[in-house]
Amino acid sequence: MRVHLTVNGRDETVDGVWEGESLLYVLRERMGLPGAKNACEQGECGSCTVYLDGLPVCACLVAAGQADGRRVRTVEGLADGGRLHPIQEAFVECGAVQCGFCTPGLLVQAHDLIERVGEPSDAEIREALAGNLCRCTGYEKILDAVRLAAARRGAARTGTEDRS
Amino acid sequence: MDFLRPATWAEALAAKAADPTAVPIQGGTDVMVEINFDVRRPPALLDLTAIGELGDWELTADGLLRVGAGVPYARIITELGDRLPGLAQASRTVGSPQIRNRGTVGGNLGAASPAGDAHPPLLACDAVIEAESAARGTRMIPATGFYLGVKRNALEPDELIRAVHLRPATGPQYFSKVGTRNAMVIAVCSFALALHPGERRLGAAVGSAAPTPLRARAAEEFAAREFDWSGATALDPALLARFGELAAEAASPIDDVRGTAAYRRHAIAVLARRTLTWAWNDYRGKAAA
Repeated sequence: MRVHLTVNGRDETVDGVWEGESLLYVLRERMGLPGAKNACEQGECGSCTVYLDGLPVCACLVAAGQADGRRVRTVEGLADGGRLHPIQEAFVECGAVQCGFCTPGLLVQAHDLIERVGEPSDAEIREALAGNLCRCTGYEKILDAVRLAAARRGAARTGTEDRS
Repeated sequence: MDFLRPATWAEALAAKAADPTAVPIQGGTDVMVEINFDVRRPPALLDLTAIGELGDWELTADGLLRVGAGVPYARIITELGDRLPGLAQASRTVGSPQIRNRGTVGGNLGAASPAGDAHPPLLACDAVIEAESAARGTRMIPATGFYLGVKRNALEPDELIRAVHLRPATGPQYFSKVGTRNAMVIAVCSFALALHPGERRLGAAVGSAAPTPLRARAAEEFAAREFDWSGATALDPALLARFGELAAEAASPIDDVRGTAAYRRHAIAVLARRTLTWAWNDYRGKAAA
């Protein structure tokens, strides 16, 4: 079947999609967007987290046909051209990337948290990231990265307000 | 495999009537797992996510909340947490934020897993499931008659779940669940409690400790008969203990990968005492105020 969707701001049409296929498979295997990772295929690990109509979801649990006419934003859509998004910069600076497999899902989930909450508490960060597994178990650095990105975002906002 | 994507509820009912083997899919958090693992290859998927009205909830003329089958757990928590606290607490324990953005009570009912987190609060709150078919129209099924066996419910092959009807809370409600961690856990066992002070009774239900979720009837009758519903007194520890025993006796658990039958029976008694203590403290606080 044919699926028409918007991915990272671009209209895309994908043909030959199997009816039982996941959005994750379409993104990775048919559209050449391997950022979202395929790991558990049962919504347990969060490695395939993408935005669907503005909400973070596990792409492995979205049937491809359900994404027809919807907006998808993947980890590839977070950076502004060649410039990393601040959450990505924070992950690099804090050493929150080890093997890197869980990183794309965590970035999307952390991006959503900071966009929604601004300066989240530790409890809010832990809750937001509860569905993203890191088997290198580098969670402390990941928490550091989210705190850093949130603090910088808060500081940037205050700075803007001061100038205005 | 066919992928059916009706744009309206009438089209969905017609599609289900034309092909009763079509499997409804909403958030995909159960159906897609089965397809990804090749456990199930339905001849057709019936995607209900394009039908906007399934994602709505409303207060009906008779004062009930009619929650569309497509309202995700995340919105039950944020939009209905004040009026449906028991269901909202259960919703908070479902999966992860990503799962709660997609998973729905309608899907929980369709899957009818004995471990589904929404079931105990639905039972404790006297929820009624609104099912519909093109041939016979709407049928209201009390939650108590909905769960027939492991992953079996009372739906006819041509029926779809339209909504769940619940009375907004009239007293304290609690849900508690045992698992190996706070997130991403299928219940080892769970328990829901809803006090209905106006009727001087409570609803109590057990999850993941029998082939179906079920009401703890003997515990409910004991509470209605023995508790001081004026709310003037603290619960006698003997009453609390007996309530826990009766709740545990309602369960008929099995040994499986998540826990043993003996552990589940023990834990149900603990959860029953714990949720009742929380609820009764709230109730006494209100009664005294």
